[in-house]
Amino acid sequence: MREFARLFTALDQTTRTNAKVAALAEYFDRAPEADRLWTVAILSGRRPKRAVTATRLREWAAERAGLPLWLFEESYTIVGDLAETIALILPPPAEEVDLPLSHWIAEVRQLAALDEVAKKPRILAAWEALGGTERFLYNKLLTGGFRMGVSQTLMTRALSKATGISEPDLAHRLMGDWSAEATSWEALILTDDPTARLSRPYPFYLAYQIEGAAEDLGPPDDWFAEWKWDGIRGQLICRGGEHFLWSRGEELMTDRFPELAAARDWLPDGTVMDGEILAFADGHPLPFAALQRRIGRKTVPKKVLAEAPVVLMAYDLLEEGGQDIREIPFGERRARLTRLVEDLPPEAPIRLSPEAAFTDWTGLATQREGSREAGVEGLMLKRRAAPYLSGRRKGDWWKWKVDPLTIDAVMIYAQAGHGRRANLYTDFTFAVWDGPDLVPFTKAYSGLTDAEFNRITAWVRKNTLERFGPVRRVTPRHVFEIAFEGIQASTRHKSGVALRFPRMLRWREDKPVEEANTLADLEALLQQYG
Amino acid sequence: MAKPDLLTVAEAGIYCAAGDFYIDPWRPVDRALITHGHADHARPGHARYLATEAAAPVIRYRLGVAVETIRYGEERRIGSTNVSFHPAGHVPGSAQIRVEHKGEVWVASGDYKVAPDRLSEPFEPVRCDTFITECTFGLPIFRWQAEAEAMAEIDAWWAKNRAEGRFSVLGAYALGKAQRLLAGIDSSQGPILTHGAVENVNDVLRGQGLPLPDTLRVTPEIDLKEHPGALVIATPSAMGGPWMKRFGQASTAFASGWMALRGVRRRRAADRGFVISDHADWAGLGQAITETGATRVIATHGYTSVFRRWLEDQGYEAGVITTQYEGESLDAPEEDVVE
Repeated sequence: MREFARLFTALDQTTRTNAKVAALAEYFDRAPEADRLWTVAILSGRRPKRAVTATRLREWAAERAGLPLWLFEESYTIVGDLAETIALILPPPAEEVDLPLSHWIAEVRQLAALDEVAKKPRILAAWEALGGTERFLYNKLLTGGFRMGVSQTLMTRALSKATGISEPDLAHRLMGDWSAEATSWEALILTDDPTARLSRPYPFYLAYQIEGAAEDLGPPDDWFAEWKWDGIRGQLICRGGEHFLWSRGEELMTDRFPELAAARDWLPDGTVMDGEILAFADGHPLPFAALQRRIGRKTVPKKVLAEAPVVLMAYDLLEEGGQDIREIPFGERRARLTRLVEDLPPEAPIRLSPEAAFTDWTGLATQREGSREAGVEGLMLKRRAAPYLSGRRKGDWWKWKVDPLTIDAVMIYAQAGHGRRANLYTDFTFAVWDGPDLVPFTKAYSGLTDAEFNRITAWVRKNTLERFGPVRRVTPRHVFEIAFEGIQASTRHKSGVALRFPRMLRWREDKPVEEANTLADLEALLQQYG
Repeated sequence: MAKPDLLTVAEAGIYCAAGDFYIDPWRPVDRALITHGHADHARPGHARYLATEAAAPVIRYRLGVAVETIRYGEERRIGSTNVSFHPAGHVPGSAQIRVEHKGEVWVASGDYKVAPDRLSEPFEPVRCDTFITECTFGLPIFRWQAEAEAMAEIDAWWAKNRAEGRFSVLGAYALGKAQRLLAGIDSSQGPILTHGAVENVNDVLRGQGLPLPDTLRVTPEIDLKEHPGALVIATPSAMGGPWMKRFGQASTAFASGWMALRGVRRRRAADRGFVISDHADWAGLGQAITETGATRVIATHGYTSVFRRWLEDQGYEAGVITTQYEGESLDAPEEDVVE
């Protein structure tokens, strides 16, 4: 695993894209085929299942290190990462061995089938054989969580460099329902397998939030606008008499949304559409919370099915009559999509995402103001002449979201973050005033700069009133402007509201704590937008 | 009635009533015994300073004060106590301070490191009844590798950058860490440049006879093209600022015990993090405490509450005193200014 550890370290050490691609390409050139394949699998989110519970790992590591469990836990709080804590806390390996990544993955997969008594000696033996980064990576394989700071796009670029196969071809081959156990480097990367093609989705094209003013995009005639729906991105595939529904995270969601099976009755074979899965009733999208009840469920009870029926709000056509039409300009794809969908009866679970027609940017800006009332996040702008690209790219597609809702809130609890943010207080709980009391209503952990996190961390350390495990109650002194995309009534929260995408917009150091918003202010927002 | 503690924490710092002196006080006092020259231990404004012969020059240079000196191991009568200084292995001249009164012995460790490096006087265990210890890295996740291994990593990093025609900028404390690195790396590889704050300390230490390789101070006049692929030793604070611009696409690194943690390493946004600390690691703390033979151990700065509980588990009478020492802080502003 030494080679893989070297790759991991190289990726971990740099934020420069070129350096990452070079390290990966070199690895793909040199590593054994089985290891390359597993690396591709890991980097595209296909990792072996968790082989043992975190609780057992902690106990065994503490025992092996000859330390009481409480001391292990204290150390874990500081490190913020279980795999790393274990790697650091164990004594150095007795005798390091260098076996390939594929060996350790096979080992971890075998572990999953064993009972705990049988697992323990094998895990202890692995800890004895691996040092430093390799031990850390083995633990990551054991615990199932793995992030290497490499996007699928970067990995594909490196693969392309190493194999000479074009990026789009590779991206397409890597999509869909493959697993490293069932395929090989040869079959997955080097050859195009027609049987896998039936269910294989196209890579999604993702947009960035617009940076400057919309006017800067050029003549309005070049652009198409539509609502930016607040649902789950999905790609619906009808091929060979079957249908498949893929998420943006390349998860097959077909069974989770049985309503879409009816699409087979209305769409011809050889059709692939890009769209948004929305909970939808009476011609309107339901709040995201309704859809949320369906996420994560493998099977859907009748009651939920009736209360939160879904449709695919279609906005692009990628394949027509079995032909990949992604190279055709968007304007033409949209016209073909319209022909396919506009006359479908309401029973069909497909809707056409309506065009937000506009003649000038000011007019469009006015339409955008109505987003929140329409239950959408804002607008999408698409260049009519653009092909359907893959990955997140700037230029042809832009999100133009409405400004978030905001409220000024008081920080009352702080908790240290994980990974890169371990040892820094980054996860905060915020409250609003209810008379003389502060009522917590949301958590947020993003939006500040590293420098601000450093400063607030120093402040938290000095202003802790109470500790509950890793959580510190702090003096209510600092006001933050919290931004969020939506607000819903909630029985699960003390404040009675649940926010969508809360984050810290600004640290309001100018604002005294008494001037933070109140529960009544929140309730007014709920009345207006809930 | 129990005997009063020989050393206590008063408002100005760690105080010995029997000798009427302070150890590393943080507010101005009449008589200050100083363990070493780092800014959180040697502060300005005291009437009298006492430090080891090797520590005194830097303290004089930094604070502009008169410093009385004492040899390692030399016993001196102060008030009704006998006081002596013993090597702490932290930086050149650093000391643990032993205080004896009516047969009872206390040792205040200051900052210390048990494993030897190529510059500081090696740590010497001192027998005592009560040991006041730092515990900056008082968690079992901290384990330092051998000096030679750590230095070899830096050498390899420098060599690679040199081959790519890039500067290697290494962030380290101006006093102690910087010189330890200079003494430990393979200085024959190429030219070594230094930030002014580092070079000032180099001058002082060279003046007292410490062997350091040749270095060149970075000034606005210097032509960097004449020193391609040089190693640059900089203060951590300089590395975040405009001073860095002149080195272009340099590879950057920090040398600190905190670099053992991946999260910290990544947050520092340097290309590399070398795990090199001038403080004791977990095993080092344990070893030092055992070798004192102390039955009572008091933790000062670091993971004090965890460390205290661990000590109690081990059967020690343990305590914590709150001090204003910072240990190895990554984010503390560097105290030195470049003239």
